[in-house]
Amino acid sequence: MAEILVLVDHVDGEVKKVTFELLTLARRHGDAAAVWIGPGYEGAKDKLAEYGAAKVYVAADEELTSYVVAPKAELLAQLVSEKSPAAVLLPATGEGKEIAGRLAVKTESGVLTDVVDVADGFVAEHSIFGGAIVSHAKVSKGTPIIAVRPNSTAPEASPSTPAEEQVSVSLSDAAKGTKVVEKVVQEKGERPQLTEAAIVVSGGRGVGGADNFKVIEGLADSLGAAVGASRAATDAGWYPHSFQVGQTGKTVSPQLYIAVGISGAIQHRAGMQTSKTIVAINKDSEAPIFELVDYGVVGDLFQVAPQLTEEINKRK
Amino acid sequence: MNIVVCVKQVPDTATERKLKSDDKTLDREAVDGVINELDEYAVEEALTIKEAHGGEVTVLTMGPDKAADSIRKALAMGADKAVHVTDEALHGSDGLSTSYAIAQVLKKIGFDLVILGSESTDARMGVLAAMLSERLGVPQVTLANKVEIDGTSLKAQRLTDYGFDRVEATLPAVVSVVEKINEPRYPSFKGIMAAKKKPVEKLAVADAEIDAAKVGLAGASTEVVDFADAPPREKGQIVKDEGDGGAKAAEFLASKKFI
Ligand SMILES: Cc1cc2nc3c(=O)[nH]c(=O)nc-3n(C[C@H](O)[C@H](O)[C@H](O)COP(=O)(O)OP(=O)(O)OC[C@H]3O[C@@H](n4cnc5c(N)ncnc54)[C@H](O)[C@@H]3O)c2cc1C
Ligand SMILES: Nc1ncnc2c1ncn2[C@@H]1O[C@H](COP(=O)(O)O)[C@@H](O)[C@H]1O
Repeated sequence: MAEILVLVDHVDGEVKKVTFELLTLARRHGDAAAVWIGPGYEGAKDKLAEYGAAKVYVAADEELTSYVVAPKAELLAQLVSEKSPAAVLLPATGEGKEIAGRLAVKTESGVLTDVVDVADGFVAEHSIFGGAIVSHAKVSKGTPIIAVRPNSTAPEASPSTPAEEQVSVSLSDAAKGTKVVEKVVQEKGERPQLTEAAIVVSGGRGVGGADNFKVIEGLADSLGAAVGASRAATDAGWYPHSFQVGQTGKTVSPQLYIAVGISGAIQHRAGMQTSKTIVAINKDSEAPIFELVDYGVVGDLFQVAPQLTEEINKRK
Repeated sequence: MNIVVCVKQVPDTATERKLKSDDKTLDREAVDGVINELDEYAVEEALTIKEAHGGEVTVLTMGPDKAADSIRKALAMGADKAVHVTDEALHGSDGLSTSYAIAQVLKKIGFDLVILGSESTDARMGVLAAMLSERLGVPQVTLANKVEIDGTSLKAQRLTDYGFDRVEATLPAVVSVVEKINEPRYPSFKGIMAAKKKPVEKLAVADAEIDAAKVGLAGASTEVVDFADAPPREKGQIVKDEGDGGAKAAEFLASKKFI
């Protein structure tokens, strides 16, 4: 079977769930060959085996992660030319899409981003215009380069014993154009990652302040959920930007999305509209978020959310 | 400093956007075109940099004739001139061919700094800046929420999934900005009047040495196979809190097996 390259998404060796989703998707269409870039492989190899990587290309050279994006594309381009994979799958994160873009230019291949499913013949499904239209597209030139939205495939374990191959690339000067001088991680505590979580509870301007976000966090923790925020809340500094959901934040597609004190502006909806079940708490019955919900409570979030949290904790 | 800002005209996100059944491209005629809102931040950043370091701001747009309206808006904000790449041959260009066409134009007009929005609200690919950096062989400083320029060196803060990176590069460079970076100015009446007299150079593919075979529907490397309206969401249940809203919501969650 033809190999399908899967770019492993990890932060300093901690593998993101989207990687297991991509491996699962790759196995449906060929042999999944994971591409590991950067340090930390030893601690992560068992996870890649658990999700069925038939092969792992390991590129541990630190130089590959010392510059913005370009080195990763250069490494992948080398693998594409040496291994002639049937396709390359990447996570549709900000960086994943940029790597995909550069790789497309290097290999003169078509690129599809924000894909939610991949069918036979690498026909990619998109959910566009805020979820109003479902479309299918395919790559007609070169190697299909497909960036898949996190949380759109259910990861399935399928233990394997992957063959390992060390790979290296001598970077061009152009790939070393933008140096990363410091990495600042703003993750919070033990909660699931926003784009990976099965349940997301988001707070907006209605929450009214950074301290009040504990109401949102309490509800999230009762459900084992991730916390998200609207732009109004991140702009106000109540929550870090990396938790923003929407057009210019993260796109989430959880089983359950609970919007608390969020009006549901079009830019917010762009990032959560494909959630399976949507619940909102808002004191304004006219708020546009109610057009989307499966269940809505019109009321004061400081009454409704704590009561909901308490009920959930009671039923545990 | 020669600053070029890439601006795209997109359908207003608030309107109903449609694909055409014949060639499966976005129906740009049927809807109001507006400047991609994320590109307003790119224009603002270009103007701020010009104000601090001197130079000239050129707006670069590829799109149909009516995209001229979006160019005027950027000029009214304060950009000095514009280049409008427009040609029937460009219709249906995908990401790869758009980046090729725009890179050709940038090579022709020259630049110290190219600034883009983080993504277009219609295609939402977020790839063009990276592709231009690749094609032009200059540093990629993308998803920036802070940019500082000192002589020919550039420092920026790049938003990432986990927080942000501090990055450094030298000019010339391609920059893309996120909406956190600034507050775009409104065009003043004076600005709107002045914009009418600012030069807009129209380029056809041949004028910019763009190979027509590599752009448009014919040159595209991706193809839309089919599309359909998504099934409508079922209308949900909305209750008014009478002191038991939280408990009712919990019942709903239990009925869906979330708790
Ligand atoms: C270029 C651009 C990009 C953008 N990107 C994003 C993005 O990525 N994500 C995003 O979210 N937004 C984005 N926005 C902003 C978006 O347009 C809205 O301004 C934003 O989503 C509003 O946030 P909000 O719903 O929290 O605030 P508001 O619209 O102010 O809504 C607050 C809601 O809280 C309710 N409320 C207040 N108090 C209470 C209470 N005690 N109990 C219950 N309900 C209460 C109110 O009734 C109201 O409906 C973007 C805008 C632009 C121009
Ligand atoms: N046709 C175009 N003309 C000029 N700039 C464009 C065009 N398409 C995209 N851009 C720029 O590229 C950015 C990213 O677009 P995209 O990769 O399509 O999401 C936009 O914010 C614009 O700054």
